[in-house]
Amino acid sequence: MRTIYIKEIRSFLSSFIAYIVIVVFLIANGLFMWIFEDTNVLDFGYANMDTLFELSPWILMFLVSAITMRSFSEEKKVGTIETLTTKPISDLSIIMGKFFAGFTLVLFSLLPTIIYFYSVYQLGETAGNIDTGATFGSYLGLLMLGGVYVAIGIFASAITENQIVSFVLSLFVCFIFYMAFDYLGNLDAFKGTDFFLEWIGINFHYRSISKGVLDTRDVIYFLSLTGLFIWLTKIVFESRKW
Amino acid sequence: MAVNDITFSISSGEVVGFLGPNGAGKSTTMKMLTCFIPQTSGSAKVNGFDIGEESIKVRQSVGYLPEHNPLYLDMYVIEYLGFVANLQGVKNTKTTIKDIIADTGLELEQRKKIGALSKGYRQRVGLAQALIHDPEVLILDEPTSGLDPNQIEDIRALIKRIGEKKTVMLSTHIMQEVEAICDRVIIIDHGKIVADDSTSNLKTSTSRTVSYLVEFKGVTSKSQIKAMPWVKAVVQESDTKWIIDSNSDNNMQEDIFRFAVDNGLVITSLQQVENSLEDVFHKLTKK
Repeated sequence: MRTIYIKEIRSFLSSFIAYIVIVVFLIANGLFMWIFEDTNVLDFGYANMDTLFELSPWILMFLVSAITMRSFSEEKKVGTIETLTTKPISDLSIIMGKFFAGFTLVLFSLLPTIIYFYSVYQLGETAGNIDTGATFGSYLGLLMLGGVYVAIGIFASAITENQIVSFVLSLFVCFIFYMAFDYLGNLDAFKGTDFFLEWIGINFHYRSISKGVLDTRDVIYFLSLTGLFIWLTKIVFESRKW
Repeated sequence: MAVNDITFSISSGEVVGFLGPNGAGKSTTMKMLTCFIPQTSGSAKVNGFDIGEESIKVRQSVGYLPEHNPLYLDMYVIEYLGFVANLQGVKNTKTTIKDIIADTGLELEQRKKIGALSKGYRQRVGLAQALIHDPEVLILDEPTSGLDPNQIEDIRALIKRIGEKKTVMLSTHIMQEVEAICDRVIIIDHGKIVADDSTSNLKTSTSRTVSYLVEFKGVTSKSQIKAMPWVKAVVQESDTKWIIDSNSDNNMQEDIFRFAVDNGLVITSLQQVENSLEDVFHKLTKK
């Protein structure tokens, strides 16, 4: 797993994917958080980072889909999957190596935004007048959400050798899990099951963690969803029907 | 079904050519033997390990060069070999890589990106990755396809050298390759084995006709040559050159000499034309 992980990270770095993802993530978030009139925290009046935490799941949706779309698709297209799977390593360690590499990229995109936190912290009417607990809860939620996205992206990549298909599919599934269940729950047709529908969605648990309360049920939800997609990837990968 | 009910065994140290027309099931067989795709029925053992149950052990003891030699084009040669060495759990990675680079003649290219290498050198990288863990068994799927004649010669020499110490199974549809490298040939067609024998045996056993290429000084005619009792067919190549097909297994060179003396001819050249593996291949796989 370590070997695959290192190889993936190296390929992110040498192909500039890593830099582009991190820079785009930071610029997009930075613009909304500090510059754009309607959303910037300076005019907002409250010392919090809601802008970042509401926006990041959307930006990550695109970026994570973009970084994971090649993980298996390209290996299949080029044929390197054949050299890889005929080496003495288990399928799961290949998948986990790729998963952790993608997750590391998410982590390193988020890390610099701690500067935003520090800035808001210092800029408060009274320095430090920010809900630190809620902020770090949100960070944790965002990380776990990133994990789910990466697992979904890798799964999408495993079922096709076309990177565009993989990207669109990953984006779609991420969207379904992040938001669509919320919207579905609002429909009249689903009255009665609305709580359950919302509960399936990521947003429900993300919001819950963002309050700063670390509920084990939410953590288990995120980890299970990540695990589910990794498991599905493994099933697809084992079938070798390409 | 790509492969249907084939059975063969290769003893250690043999170099076996796996021959067949395109689509005969060569690659599929190799993919199953290297644990890339599972077999739907039947079983196989590589180096004593079952491909289904002891797949990791099989993969440890096999070096595999897939068809089209897939490589990570954005990796450096030395980086890629390091990656493969780690996957194979090679100890002393540094010295191993150094040795394998020397063995495959990649010294000058080791710090280049694989994408920048010519096809011949990429093939060497492919062979290097297959050899890096010093496997007992080497499975090479069309190792020389798409190379220029010089590169083919180089790669063949390399495989031949490797074959002195290891069990090698290589697939190809180029006959000369088999004649040049292999001790034994397995020919498959439509997923079935149609021949399995040593290279030299196969050439003699399937060829009933022995031919002679003769050049006479002097004038002779087809009917004159045909008068010899063992002659099956005669073809005139040029004014003086004749190809005589014999229906006897015995060497008829003496007879030809006597024929020349009797008819007042001088033989300027006489040679037995051996049936090439190519003919064997045609005979066995053409329906």
